[in-house]
Amino acid sequence: MSATPIKRSVERATRGPSRPRLLFDPLMLLATIGLVVISVVAIDGSTRNDVGGSLASRQIAYAVVGAILMVAISRFDYSRLREFKLGIFGAMIALNILPLLLAAATRGARSWIALPFFRFQPSELGKVLLIVALAAFVVDRYRRLGERETTARLMLLALGPAALVMVQPDLGSASVYVIAALTMLFIAGTPGRHVAGLIGLFSVAIVLSLAVLPAVGVNVLKPYQVDRLTGFLHPSSDTGVTTYQLNQSKIAIGSGEKTGRGLASSTQTSLKFLPEHHTDFIFSVVGERWGFAGAGLVLSLYALLVWRTLRLMTMAKNLFGTLIAAGILAMLLYQLCVNVGMTIGIMPITGVTLPLLSYGGSSYLTTFIALGLLQAIHVQARIAQGSKGRGLVLSQGMHTP
Amino acid sequence: MIDSPDDRRGQLSPQLAMRVAVLGGIAFAIFGIIFFRLWFLQVLSGDQYLAEASSNRVRRVVVQAPRGEMVDRNGKVLVQNRSAVSIVVSPTRLPEEEAARRRLLRRLSWVLGMSTRPRRCDFGSGRTREVKQLMPLQCTVDQSIGALPYADVVVKADARPAVYTYLAEHAQQFPGVEIQDAWLRRYPYREIGAHLFGTVGQVSEEQLRQEKFRGVRGGTIVGKSGLEWTYDHYLRGQNGWQRVQVDALGRATGKRLAETPPVKGNNLKLSIDLQLEKVGQQALQKGKQLAQSNGNPANGGAFVAMNPRTGEVYAMGSDPSFDPNEFAKGISQRRYDQLMSREANTPLVNRATSGLFAIGSTFKVVTAAAALASGKITPEWTYNDTGTWRSGDQVRRNAGGASYGPTSLVKALAVSVDTYFYELGRMLNVDPAQHPRGGPLQAWARKFGFGRPTGIDLDIEAAGTVPDQTFIRELQDAERACRRRERVPDCHKAYLDDTWTVGDNASLAIGQGDFLATPLQLATAYAAIENGGTIVRPHIGMEVLNSREEVVDRFMPKPLRRIEIPSLSSIQQGLLDSTTQEGGTSTDVFAGFGKQVYGKTGTAQIQDKPDQSWYVAYVPDEQRPIVVAAVIQNGGFGAQAAAPAVRQILSQWFYGHPGDAVAGTSASY
Repeated sequence: MSATPIKRSVERATRGPSRPRLLFDPLMLLATIGLVVISVVAIDGSTRNDVGGSLASRQIAYAVVGAILMVAISRFDYSRLREFKLGIFGAMIALNILPLLLAAATRGARSWIALPFFRFQPSELGKVLLIVALAAFVVDRYRRLGERETTARLMLLALGPAALVMVQPDLGSASVYVIAALTMLFIAGTPGRHVAGLIGLFSVAIVLSLAVLPAVGVNVLKPYQVDRLTGFLHPSSDTGVTTYQLNQSKIAIGSGEKTGRGLASSTQTSLKFLPEHHTDFIFSVVGERWGFAGAGLVLSLYALLVWRTLRLMTMAKNLFGTLIAAGILAMLLYQLCVNVGMTIGIMPITGVTLPLLSYGGSSYLTTFIALGLLQAIHVQARIAQGSKGRGLVLSQGMHTP
Repeated sequence: MIDSPDDRRGQLSPQLAMRVAVLGGIAFAIFGIIFFRLWFLQVLSGDQYLAEASSNRVRRVVVQAPRGEMVDRNGKVLVQNRSAVSIVVSPTRLPEEEAARRRLLRRLSWVLGMSTRPRRCDFGSGRTREVKQLMPLQCTVDQSIGALPYADVVVKADARPAVYTYLAEHAQQFPGVEIQDAWLRRYPYREIGAHLFGTVGQVSEEQLRQEKFRGVRGGTIVGKSGLEWTYDHYLRGQNGWQRVQVDALGRATGKRLAETPPVKGNNLKLSIDLQLEKVGQQALQKGKQLAQSNGNPANGGAFVAMNPRTGEVYAMGSDPSFDPNEFAKGISQRRYDQLMSREANTPLVNRATSGLFAIGSTFKVVTAAAALASGKITPEWTYNDTGTWRSGDQVRRNAGGASYGPTSLVKALAVSVDTYFYELGRMLNVDPAQHPRGGPLQAWARKFGFGRPTGIDLDIEAAGTVPDQTFIRELQDAERACRRRERVPDCHKAYLDDTWTVGDNASLAIGQGDFLATPLQLATAYAAIENGGTIVRPHIGMEVLNSREEVVDRFMPKPLRRIEIPSLSSIQQGLLDSTTQEGGTSTDVFAGFGKQVYGKTGTAQIQDKPDQSWYVAYVPDEQRPIVVAAVIQNGGFGAQAAAPAVRQILSQWFYGHPGDAVAGTSASY
């Protein structure tokens, strides 16, 4: 080895588990910081004329708390979480039952719990908890992964909580649970026909609950939910709330053109034509204010995040890590796809937030915990590579000039 | 295959690699789709969405132009504008759902203090006629939508501050309800001249189809009647507009993007003299009082004063009058019905142009002209009056049974000898079978302008009736139709075996029988006596003035026709004698007036009611010629009620003050 400073630092970083020097995946961190900054600026612009004033400072507070959580989590070896899988799963179930109990007490359906500082949404935190617990369960039954019973059991472990979340009602998060579980099974190596069968099953369930059953008078979902889910398929059919929101969002994004209208001229946002401009439709705010350039930048940052997570899946030191990364990837990608898809009129309205961009404490903390886990997987992979002497081969392109 | 699920993993298995690759592929596809969709929305269709965003936030608001003012011949403002706040319903922005719309209109009714009880509501007319039970506000809105689907409906022209501030603060609960600045008409002199100006309102569907209103946009305020209607083109002005920014709730954000200011309409200078108009109205009251002191009910009246040479109307009034300010702020149906009722004595009717009356002896100049022109008499021809006139089985007497002995034309007019004119009526009668439209008497009545509108610049004018054989036939046809329709033996319109007789012609000769005319027609006829045979076209509009007070248009309507009246000077002499000579019917009324007044009394008998009191006079002053006609309904003898009123009007015109009203004593017709 030569004596250049870079080489020495790499040597130090990969020398042993006791002294990890490369604390973070720098590109993932870059994407995270970039999205948080954009989020804060976008929220500030879109809410400064609202009744309650700008929400940017609150979002910054969430980001700071989230960042601390992320750093803290990344310091631990996530592998030890396997031992607490039952506790984690139990906590997740308990958290998701809580709003139902409160709802029964107050006779109002709510998916959140009022805390002194913010409205805590247990289903959000439940996403990460489920991913971690499920990853542990999958690893436990790894040797019997080819069996149909394994697939069924594991899937039920996700569908149960999903059902709980659905009645809260939080259809969006429920679907995240299912998608994350499906992705983790797929990555773990569940036979393709099982995965295909599950996908088929879900498709039939969706068609049944959206189209067939309502037609014969059985309402699985509330009518407004069906309306929101199918509204994007016929954008000009009526002038109801759903199509109004979709149209206003499309107008906002489209009117941004190439480089955006700027803060002062973003009339779709400032005159409140855009509904939920700082939460569900934050991407439309970005699209209107900064145009294709801004929306493209945001998408690129997400793409960076997704790429780094994919890469992490291949370099995690164990299957547990790979599966957690897979679950988190599924969560991020699905939410991105559904939320952005909604704002540009190609996906139904599901109430799924855009990770790191939408305003909201629960969503922010959950995403930062997930990112902390990813960073932890990264750190552990580095350490493992260092001790095995294998990491340099994998990451040669990064560290050698 | 991965063999160990334990912590440390060996080589990346091909299956995992493949499945991660599949996941990566899905992610790639998702990003690709989103990118292309964004490209499509923002780069390819950006213009279109930018336009939509603009139309989202921008609304065009019409700024109503104030109409031109109306001033009298001396520049005194008779009709002006005041700003007000109107509550307007914009049909296109109302909730689409029927029940939601009804709820909204019910709430609005409460706010506006209108009843919500369903009432009868008519739609359309003729074959498409439809009747529904709706609350008044919904009736108004739906009727307007039926006629002009997209035009805004003014539901309250002059809203109180409490009402419009409430609506402004609760705008969210009232989608489609707007608060607009508006101009309303104001009439500072209230009842004075109320019948002339007419009303304004939103242009109707019917008006939009008319040539007169070509190019007018729906919702524009136009003249509906009276001078407002006639001179609408000049008074209307040009509405302006503003483009204002609105938020998602449709509330203006206060930002104006562009505007075209409204252009006020031109002012209209009327030939009316405000002081004369006031005095005329007061003189009618005075005439009524005089009549009432003689025990007559005198429940209405009218007068016209105009320039006999040009037709410029100096003053025109009708009693009872009304306050047009009530109409300006939007009158309720109930109040309107009340004003139109017989109990209120129809104050909205302009009796000067639309009131049809028997005009009695004032018609005698026409009879005289007809007899002179047809060669039946000369001015010197004398009729020996015995107090009684006979023709066949017809026996008529003078008023009060007086007998005047040998009577020539001048005397006949001056003292108003009925028998003289009965005789002329007999002479002028023709065989009805040969002449269904009557003889020289009818022809001359028509020449003087009776039986047809004078063509004054107002929208409504009665034509009157010059009776003849055809008229009797038409009445009989109507009687027959009525009997068939109503299945009754007699409708009391006409006797079916009647035909035109000498008696009918004799009645016509003294302005009685079925003859009906308006005060304006009478004034026009006497104008022709004054000016030597020109039938002028009366008009009230005189000049159009722009904002810099420059005259941009002047109205001098051509006379309708000229008629040759033989021995006109004799007729004029008769009229002059009637105010100056001993025995003249109004000599005592005009005693000491100081100007030569050519006048004629009239006392028209009507069935079952006291007589109509008439007086018509002209003064051929070279600088200030004037002709005045006045009627006091059921006011008794002409000299006793109408003549004093005319004297006051003439006094105002020449001396600037009405002076005393001197009641005459003549009990002649």
